[in-house]
Amino acid sequence: MYRYDQFDQSIVDARVEDFRDQVARRLSGAMSEDQFKPLRLMNGLYLQLHAYMLRIAVPYGTLNSRQVRMLAHIARKYDRGYGHFTTRQNLQFNWIELKDAPDILAELATVEMHTIQTSGNCIRNTTSDQYAGAAADEITDPRPWAELLRQWSSFHPEFTYLPRKFKVAIIASDEDRAAMRLHDIGVQIVRNEAGALGFKVFVGGGIGRTPMIAPLIREFLPAEHFLSYLEACLRVYNRYGRRDNIYKARIKILVHEIGAAEYARQVEEEWAHVKTLGLDPPMSEFDRIAAYFTPPAWEEGLSDDIDLSDPEFKAWVDQNIVAHKQPGYAIATISLKPVGGIPGDASAEQMEVMASLAERYSFDELRVTHAQNITLPHVKKADLYAVWQALKEAGLATANLDLISDIIACPGLDYCSLANARSIPLAQKIAERFAPLDRQRDLGELKLKISGCINACGHHHAGHIGILGVDRKGTENYQLLLGGSGAEDASLGRITGPGFDEDGVVDAIERTLDKYRAVREPGERFLDTYRRVGFEPFKEAIYG
Amino acid sequence: MVEALRYRDDSEHEEPAVTLDAFLDQTNATAVRLESDEDARALIPYLDRLALIEIAFPTFRDGRGYSAASILREAGYRGELRAAGDVLIDQVAHMRRCGFDAFAPDKPLDPAAVERAFRRYPFSYQKAEDGRAPVWALRRG
Amino acid sequence: MKIATGNDLPTGDVVWWDGEGWTRHVEDAAEVGENGAALIAREEASRRVNAPYIIDAEMTERGPRPAHIKDRIRARGPTVRLDLNRVPIDPATGSWVI
Repeated sequence: MYRYDQFDQSIVDARVEDFRDQVARRLSGAMSEDQFKPLRLMNGLYLQLHAYMLRIAVPYGTLNSRQVRMLAHIARKYDRGYGHFTTRQNLQFNWIELKDAPDILAELATVEMHTIQTSGNCIRNTTSDQYAGAAADEITDPRPWAELLRQWSSFHPEFTYLPRKFKVAIIASDEDRAAMRLHDIGVQIVRNEAGALGFKVFVGGGIGRTPMIAPLIREFLPAEHFLSYLEACLRVYNRYGRRDNIYKARIKILVHEIGAAEYARQVEEEWAHVKTLGLDPPMSEFDRIAAYFTPPAWEEGLSDDIDLSDPEFKAWVDQNIVAHKQPGYAIATISLKPVGGIPGDASAEQMEVMASLAERYSFDELRVTHAQNITLPHVKKADLYAVWQALKEAGLATANLDLISDIIACPGLDYCSLANARSIPLAQKIAERFAPLDRQRDLGELKLKISGCINACGHHHAGHIGILGVDRKGTENYQLLLGGSGAEDASLGRITGPGFDEDGVVDAIERTLDKYRAVREPGERFLDTYRRVGFEPFKEAIYG
Repeated sequence: MVEALRYRDDSEHEEPAVTLDAFLDQTNATAVRLESDEDARALIPYLDRLALIEIAFPTFRDGRGYSAASILREAGYRGELRAAGDVLIDQVAHMRRCGFDAFAPDKPLDPAAVERAFRRYPFSYQKAEDGRAPVWALRRG
Repeated sequence: MKIATGNDLPTGDVVWWDGEGWTRHVEDAAEVGENGAALIAREEASRRVNAPYIIDAEMTERGPRPAHIKDRIRARGPTVRLDLNRVPIDPATGSWVI
């Protein structure tokens, strides 16, 4: 993975001192909360329901063991012994004190981590495929491009006060494992007929109040123009994005209002000018970064056999292991969704276990997935049993990847001041209702996503089954949506009808799935059956 | 009375800045003020005769002025480029990078604090309008 | 009744106006009456509290109970981590919050 040079390190260190100064000015009263708020947000520091919450950037979801151990240390020293992995591959600590924040940033800087631009109206963490560098279907590892983008977007002087937040995702396969089409800018790395590397650029996706799937803005962008083209995209947005209404300020609104073709035309016009400014680094800079992402020293000629005589281990391998491009290796997902647990949370002890496993068995690398799990990308099949045993002891061996209990849930009203309803207790109830593993496996791939408010941090619009928590006259109420997808077959879920209370929505899901089982054809996931038979039969089953 | 800060060698321009509409009407104005929703490119045909362009920041959260400044410098403007309005200490460094060389903040800024802000970040990742070599260029050297 | 709540600036702790200062115990929250807005503005300007606001509450035998579930969660802690709650061993936390 990428390692900082003296320049990267100086910039992060300067940011720590800058923030330390800003905190001091806030605490002394030299700065008001109104002036301080955008600054602290640009350092990922929110004032949440119980305390300050700090969101730590995990660029393109990649971590090494040293970094994970630091996160565990911060959890113990400054927080309450745990952290929460998010749908943007980042980590959140929920019990931070403002006066400690500069010291936390200083400690993070010692392991090449930061909280830069994890909030605020600026370019946020660029996310990517959690199987990058290991998946057989990728054109190339997308992460060097994500790193190039990280550097370009960090403290970009022109784009620090955008109309609204800006999120980018980059993938390099036809299968979309990063919900790329639901980002402000989504990039897919492709090759043209001549075999040259380039990008398909999608602009204007997003969830929240007005969910939209990003339209294609540029069919093929040559690799060497990556940053100058993005510069043009952002400049058009900075100049013409709406600033009159925060609910209409995302780029998706601009693209929708002027039309994708017109937005593309404006970008081309701006780019014709920007291209001449020498903003694109030479390919040697890209090559320098890419050198950190060469494949690890995999062993050759390893066997693909796994001893599956232990049925519990077999269940985990069946569900949580995905094929690796190198024979004898596997991609293993560590589930942070134990039934009855808190989706995406990991204790400091669990972080230590994951760090040790990564160091010993996965070339010292882990990934955060946008589904709030952790991936060990390069595990020898021969080592899977040992890995699984260690995970089991730490409560990290739930064999439920992509099953109904592998729920994406935002922190909700238990933690978040923006929420209208709690999401975690609902996730727990749903997981408990469908707990038996054979029942879950019979239901098959089922991406269930819960958001506690319309900001949709739980990606509920993109759930095969989605749930939105609302405030109905002071009590928590839940809307049910069906048929969303954040993969390459992107679609937005449809609201079924009137909402339910917490127990009611669990019952409604059960009725929905009974219907699915009654009408499904062999090999169909719930999503496939829904798309084949349509909305009405399910609405009928839910409401009678 | 707004305390202005200026980082140029030449002397201050005497003429007051007129509005964009007025400027486009007159043939002899040499100073113009651009509101945050006005198009900087409207000035490109006249950059030779402009000595001062003032760009408004009605609230520090309105970032359009950064693009306006960058566009004007990219087009070859060499005169004074002044950020006016809700300009706080935490924005001046980015403004400088976008090509501003003068500030007219609503609330006075401490010049020493501004100097410190300019020097806070020793390196920048992007090529911008301040002439600083971006990190990728330093790496080659 | 009307009570005032906010966060302690340096720590972020949830606090409640108790008539003289800011306490972490909602059961000691005091009625702010008609002058709540002026009071919280003054307290915020002097940095004795951050981001304060006025809420409705009903007086119960256990002290004021905020009208909205969000503020009851703020008062006690996440409902899904009772071990981290302000009063972890209180078995009535559940019914008081929800």
